[in-house]
Amino acid sequence: MTLAAGHPGFLSPTGVEVVFLLVGLVTLGAAIVTVTTRQLVHAALWLVAALGGVAVEYLLLTAEFIAWVQVLIYVGSVVVLLLFGLMLTRAPIGRSPDADATRRWPALVVALAAAGTLVTVVVDAFRSTWVEVDGAVAGASKVTGVALFRHWVLPFEALSVLLLAALVGAIVLSRRSGDGAGRTGGRRADERGGKGRS
Amino acid sequence: MDALDVTVRIVAVLLAFLVLPLLVGQTEHKVMAHMQGRVGPMYAGGFHGWAQLVADGVKFAQKEDIVPAGADRRVFQLAPALALLPYLLVLVAIPVAPGGGVAQALDAGIFFVLAVMGVGILGSLMGGWASANKFSLLGGLRTAAQLMAYELPMLLAAASVAMAAGTLSLPGILGVWEWWWLPWQLIGGVVFFTAGLAELQRPPFDAPVADSEIIFGAYTEYTGLRFALFLLAEYAGIVVLSALTAVLFLGGWHGPFADGLGWLWTLLKTGVLAFGVIWLRVSYPRLREDQIQRLSWTVLVPLALVQIALTGVVKVVM
Repeated sequence: MTLAAGHPGFLSPTGVEVVFLLVGLVTLGAAIVTVTTRQLVHAALWLVAALGGVAVEYLLLTAEFIAWVQVLIYVGSVVVLLLFGLMLTRAPIGRSPDADATRRWPALVVALAAAGTLVTVVVDAFRSTWVEVDGAVAGASKVTGVALFRHWVLPFEALSVLLLAALVGAIVLSRRSGDGAGRTGGRRADERGGKGRS
Repeated sequence: MDALDVTVRIVAVLLAFLVLPLLVGQTEHKVMAHMQGRVGPMYAGGFHGWAQLVADGVKFAQKEDIVPAGADRRVFQLAPALALLPYLLVLVAIPVAPGGGVAQALDAGIFFVLAVMGVGILGSLMGGWASANKFSLLGGLRTAAQLMAYELPMLLAAASVAMAAGTLSLPGILGVWEWWWLPWQLIGGVVFFTAGLAELQRPPFDAPVADSEIIFGAYTEYTGLRFALFLLAEYAGIVVLSALTAVLFLGGWHGPFADGLGWLWTLLKTGVLAFGVIWLRVSYPRLREDQIQRLSWTVLVPLALVQIALTGVVKVVM
C-alpha cells in the first residue's frame, strides 16, 4: 500500500478499501432487511447474508482465522439452529402476521443507541491503527493463538467457565422436574443450550 | 503466482469438480448393481452400460422445471446452487501432491474446509422449507438436527489432527505427517469419517431422505436439473469427505515415490474411501432418527474427546 505523504489517509481509495466499503454496504442492507422483513424464514436467510458479509470484511482486514470461525459458528451452526427452531415451531410460507412487532420504535431507539456507542468506542480505540493489507497476514492462526494464549489467557479461561456454567444450567433446566413448570423451563433451556454449545 | 499459474489451478479444480463426482456416481450405480445382483441398464455405450450416465444427464436436462404453486419461489430455486457450490470452494484447499500441489494453500485450511462444508447444509434446509410440503419440511428438520449433532464430533476429530501437527494448514499437516500417525489418530479418523457420512446424509444416516417414510425429504418437490444438482452435491460431498479423510488421517500424498506419484496416492486413498461409502449404503440398514442422535452424543463425542486426550498425552510425552 502506498503511503500518502508518510501517513495513510482515511480516504485514500485503494481497491481493498473500495471493496471493503461496498461489502459493508451490502452487509448493512442485509441486516436492515433481516429486521424489517415480514417473512420469518427470509429474515433468517438474510441474516446469513449479513453474517457472511461480516466474514468477508474480516478477510479483507487479513483476519483469516476469525473469518472462517465466523462462517463456521454463525453461518454454519447458529443460523442452522435458528432455522431448526423456526421450522419446528412455525414457519409459514409468505408473511407472518405476528412478525409485525408492536414495539418497533423503542427497538429502533435501542438499536441506534447501541450502534452509536459501539461505533464511537471502536473508532476511538482504533483511530490510529493501520492494517497493512499487502504485508504478512496479521490475523493468521499462529498470531491469533499467541495473542490469545499469552496475553488474553485469563479472559479466555473466564469465558470457558462461563460457557460451562451455561451448559450445566441448560442441562439442569431441561431436566423434567415433574410439576407443571417443567415445560416452559425445558423450552428456555433449549435456547440456552444452543448458545452454550456455539 | 502469475496469471497462467492461477488459471491452470482454477481449471484443474473445476475439472476435478466436474469429473470426480460423476465418476463416484457411476461407480455407485455399478458397485450397487453388482453387490445386489441386479445389474440394471447394461447396453448404453457397450461396456457395462457406461453411457447410461450421459443418458441420465440428457433426461434430467429435458425434464420440466416445476416449482410448486405454494412454494416460496426464489428460495426454492436458489437452494440447489447453495447446496452444490460450497463443495467446489472446498476443493480449492485440498492438497493433492507435495510441493505446492494445492490450488490455494490456506493458513487456517481445516477451519475453511469445515466451515464451508457446513454452509452446504443450508441448501437442504432452504429447499425443505420453501417446498411448502410436509415431507420436505420433515426432511429439512431432520437434516438440521443431524448437522447440529455431528458437527461437534467432526470438529473435535479434526482438531486432534491439528493438535498433532501443530498447524491448521492442510499442506502443513501433510508436511509433518509420519506413518505412525495412522494408529495414533485411528479413533479420530473413524469418528471424522462417520460424522462426515452423517452430514452428507448417506446411509446408514439417511433418515432425512428416508424414502419409505418421507418420500425424499427436502428434495421431494424438485425435478429436472435442480434435482440433478442436489444429487451432484451429494456425490461432490462424498469426494470431498473422502479426500479430507485421506488428507487428515491417511497421509494424503504420502506413499512410495511420493515426489512423482503423490497425486496418484491421494486419488487412490480418496477412491478407496469413496468405495467404502458406497459399500456402506448397500450393506447397512438405515438408523432411526433417535438412534442417529444417540450415536452422536453418546458414542462419537466421547470417542473424539478420548482421541484429543490421547493426542495431547502423546504430544507432551514425545
